[in-house]
Amino acid sequence: MKPESKNIKEVLEKDILFIEGLNGCINCGTCTAICPAAKFFDYDPRQLMDTVQSMNNDELIELLKSDIIWYCGQCLSCKTRCPRNNVPGFIITALRRLSQDIGYFAQSAEGRKQLTVKRIVGENIIKYGYCVYIDEIELNGHPEQGPVWQWYKNNAASILKKLGANYKGSGEGTLREISESDLAELNSILKETGALEKFDNIERYCHED
Amino acid sequence: MKIDGKQNIWKEYQKEIPDDNYYYARSCIRQNFFPASEETFLKIIKEVLGKNIYDDAHQTTCTGIAYHSDLVSFDTTMTVVARQFSLMNNVQLKNFVISCVTSFGIYSEAMETWKNFPETLEKTKEHLKNATGRDFTSPEIIAHTSDIIYKYREQIKEKAKFHLVNKNTGKPLRVVEHIGCHYAKIFPSKGIGGAEFPSVLSGMIESWGGEIIDYPERRHCCGFGFRHYIIKENRGYSLSNTKVKFDSMEPYKPDFVITNCPGCTFFMDRWQYVIAEMDNKTYGENGFGIPVLTYEEVAGLVLGFTPYTLGLQLHQVSIEPLMDKIGIPYDINEKYLGFENEEIGRPEKPKVLQVI
Ligand code: SF4
Ligand code: SF4
Repeated sequence: MKPESKNIKEVLEKDILFIEGLNGCINCGTCTAICPAAKFFDYDPRQLMDTVQSMNNDELIELLKSDIIWYCGQCLSCKTRCPRNNVPGFIITALRRLSQDIGYFAQSAEGRKQLTVKRIVGENIIKYGYCVYIDEIELNGHPEQGPVWQWYKNNAASILKKLGANYKGSGEGTLREISESDLAELNSILKETGALEKFDNIERYCHED
Repeated sequence: MKIDGKQNIWKEYQKEIPDDNYYYARSCIRQNFFPASEETFLKIIKEVLGKNIYDDAHQTTCTGIAYHSDLVSFDTTMTVVARQFSLMNNVQLKNFVISCVTSFGIYSEAMETWKNFPETLEKTKEHLKNATGRDFTSPEIIAHTSDIIYKYREQIKEKAKFHLVNKNTGKPLRVVEHIGCHYAKIFPSKGIGGAEFPSVLSGMIESWGGEIIDYPERRHCCGFGFRHYIIKENRGYSLSNTKVKFDSMEPYKPDFVITNCPGCTFFMDRWQYVIAEMDNKTYGENGFGIPVLTYEEVAGLVLGFTPYTLGLQLHQVSIEPLMDKIGIPYDINEKYLGFENEEIGRPEKPKVLQVI
């Protein structure tokens, strides 16, 4: 069933992460107290859990269209500390998924940044079979990497060989080239489980006005 | 809390760690950022401990970073996990050992989900069959690579060439341990010592002669934040959280930081460089940073491995002041030589952060 705005509650209630993540919130605020995202963003997992628990369709729609659901850093510190075994981080994943399935994510500035994530991580996975890959990390995009990174990149083949890696080599080893047949299996899984469709949707929704 | 009280709580979280015959699941982040630690783990397991470990050419990313940045659904990730398990089945191994903390959380979550929601296991089997023609069975035990080093910490100590002691004062080095969030915060029973009192790294440090520092933000996340680090405009989130940790640990004057997560090692190393260049603030002695090491790098130094085969030259914060404290000899010229001892130049020096 393709999710639509009228059946948000129904879709959420079937989501395993939603089932695991919400056991009845007592609004104690423990999650907010330890949440690293609450420290630096206008984000309050206690308030989020309160809204979600109310299951008001209009409020849920607002949430799915908002920046709020995109601030969590997925550290899952809240899973350990919640006295009621709730997991705001799991609820966030369920909400982000739904927001992307319906296309609401493209209505918030934070949500639209999924396009960047797709173009970096998604494309690395498809192309290399790694989620990050040395050849794609440049200092101008990642100035925090520092001068040591530039030196490493300039001399990658020699340094990696010295460190015992098998950079771009066949067979096993660190940074080996993932073979065409293994990449084909990985891409076949992405297709079978709907990941490629998700990637296309991100592109499509971000280009619709 | 009294120390013996803490030790009693730790005892409740003693998990089973396999003793031999491992299937090695690699980390994407570590292969790129700390490639030598991936190799050092294999060297310790095979050459120092004499164990059997299989390094597989056919494995791929687990897609964990994509899952936690909401790019793929858990159906996708569970199916990729199932393929890795199928590869392990092919070589008749049952102990799955994972070098990434994100992946460790992912494999644990997949197995818990299959246990609690059996219909998801059926669905994963169907997806894997349709996509690849493969079948799979789950491992008997999954463990993180730091669990294995922890298990054999005393054997490593017996072969140690150096101890974590300041050679000038004779006192134990003071060490901050940082555990990757997904090692035990998601499933506390899967980590040695649970989420509140993990002993996986403190156990190694204490065995090898060091002393652990307790400080207010000890359990705070390094700040990776998945999407937040990937998206340049949001990357300040990661920097700010690392700063919280260093500001909190600074008064305790750590000699170094040990971590068990590839991302944490990287962020805590690089953000010190950024804080130095942006704010003129350095956390170590004499304008240096506080060295941040993987547990394999620490084990390798203790075992007397040649420092620059451990990949210490890929850190932005220099490790040499720490080696000087312990009394580990090194040839600084070797730091900047390539595979055939050819000259490959040197990295530029940062403006503020002191480096060697
Ligand atoms: S989710 Fe848990 S920790 Fe957060 S407010 Fe609700 S009960 Fe408290
Ligand atoms: S998982 Fe998200 S909501 Fe939970 S503590 Fe971490 S950042 Fe906060």
